[in-house]
Amino acid sequence: MENEDIRLDHRVILELIEPHSNVLDLGCGTGDLLYLLIKRKGVHGQGIEIDDRAIYKCVAKGLNVFHGDIDSGLAEFGDKSFDYVVLNQSMQQIIHVDKVIEDALRVGRRIVVGFPNFAHYKSRLQMFFQGKAPVTKALPYGWYETPNLHFFSISDFKDYCRSKKINIEKSTCIGPRRKALILPNLFAETGIFLIAK
Amino acid sequence: MTKEKKPVNVNSVGVVKTEYFSFNELLLENGERFGPITLAYETYGILNKEKSNAILILHALSGDAHAAGIHENENITGWWDAFIGPGKAFDTDKYFVICSNILGGCKGSTGPASINPKTKKPYALDFPLISINDIVNAQKRLVDHLGIVKLLSVVGGSMGGHQVLAWLVNYSDSIRSAVPIATTIKHSPQQIAFNEVGRQSIMADVHWKSGNYYDGTVPSKGLAVARMIGHITYMSDKSMAEKFGRDKKEAGEPFKFTADFEVEGYLRYRGDNFVKRFDANSYLYITKAMDNFDASKGKPFQEALRGVKAKVLVIAFKSDWLYPAYQSKEIVKACKLAGIETTYCEVDSAYGHDAFLLEVEEESHLIRHFLKKVYYAYEVTGNYGE
Repeated sequence: MENEDIRLDHRVILELIEPHSNVLDLGCGTGDLLYLLIKRKGVHGQGIEIDDRAIYKCVAKGLNVFHGDIDSGLAEFGDKSFDYVVLNQSMQQIIHVDKVIEDALRVGRRIVVGFPNFAHYKSRLQMFFQGKAPVTKALPYGWYETPNLHFFSISDFKDYCRSKKINIEKSTCIGPRRKALILPNLFAETGIFLIAK
Repeated sequence: MTKEKKPVNVNSVGVVKTEYFSFNELLLENGERFGPITLAYETYGILNKEKSNAILILHALSGDAHAAGIHENENITGWWDAFIGPGKAFDTDKYFVICSNILGGCKGSTGPASINPKTKKPYALDFPLISINDIVNAQKRLVDHLGIVKLLSVVGGSMGGHQVLAWLVNYSDSIRSAVPIATTIKHSPQQIAFNEVGRQSIMADVHWKSGNYYDGTVPSKGLAVARMIGHITYMSDKSMAEKFGRDKKEAGEPFKFTADFEVEGYLRYRGDNFVKRFDANSYLYITKAMDNFDASKGKPFQEALRGVKAKVLVIAFKSDWLYPAYQSKEIVKACKLAGIETTYCEVDSAYGHDAFLLEVEEESHLIRHFLKKVYYAYEVTGNYGE
């Protein structure tokens, strides 16, 4: 697979993760990112996923996956059993985000979080001019069908890390095609953070 | 779901023959030396030159060595025929599949109905109390006899899963992977209770006569009731409702407590049929071995698994209330803590415990890909840092 064919957020995460490390992917979906990390970075990977159809796809890729929800899947892992815990596009769907992040910081040396930025300018425009809950590429669901439980922005997440004394080691904010370098909370559709405690 | 999907019951391994392997003696877990022992077994596919493609299938309570294909002049296909054959989950074009009847069974292996060479009569209750570990130790002899140093996988559901866990704990160096399905580290009081009712039913039959019934009438009523209880626990509320509803059978004998409902008729049929093919004493011995089994040997299971290199695939079924998914999750949790490469899937099925025999498509998919990964030592690793 050429780099250009890889989803932009996956490409960013590929850059963040050291080769041959131990990675736990929470909400790994059909396992595309985990597969890439194993193939490109030689990581030792484990996924957790709630959807059984997605599990079947992971198994077909030869991945190790646990069928279960993220909210209860972490407790059993020992402290620092992983170099990285990845929460890509899954954090906004977890019930107890705070608890999971705390657990992930215990289980992993660092965590990678990727989430849709609710304060992207297109969302703001829809809210402002139409007075409607935004439906964008990064937030593609109607209010009545969205799996997202939490709506927050890049600035919200930075505030959260500050208040919890979580170190932001790196942050990358991306638009639809490239990194958003200026005013990320306005122009980025997705935020990807490498954090540690 | 998968492009390899095949309809059930085609691509049979064809006509197969049961073979027998005998050895002199086995030191049982209780310290007793017991022998001679014969194990009935069948094999499907061809053992490769490196002897690296052998898979041992472990049967459940009422199973036998006949897992696939048909016997000459008979019509009964093996109990896991939908999974074993060319192109199936256990692809006999690739793998060499072995299935043996357990020690204590009554389908060709030495059990309570076998002739005691010392008395020239059936053992009956002189047969020693055997354990799941004894059953597995006997299987290990067979595997050694076949010249296989390392099995590609050991796979089994229910009591077959107990044996898988025993292999994982006792012979982890002799296996490359393990697939425990719809099983548990140890029986819960509820599981023991159902088995005990089955045993009491057999022992309450006047024909049981403390196990000495081999020259007369067998305790068929007791064994049939034990099997009926078993069948109730193998199905789910939903699968029973779908299969029988409250449909009534055709009116028959003029008796108040005749089998009015379809479900009653079905249970009676299954019970009566079971008696024709199963020995009541074997039922007692085997259920006792299941109840006594504890793969963790009294310690946390992860300690028993320490150092295990084999890869593990754990499968549970959503509607299985006899071996509920939480028990499979306990296996997974121990594997996690022991650092074993593990995959776990809870298959969405309405069949109850029977799902491990019936949920062909999903279960085949999981097993097929898992075996492929283990067989080809297939790591998804490749070109690092390109």
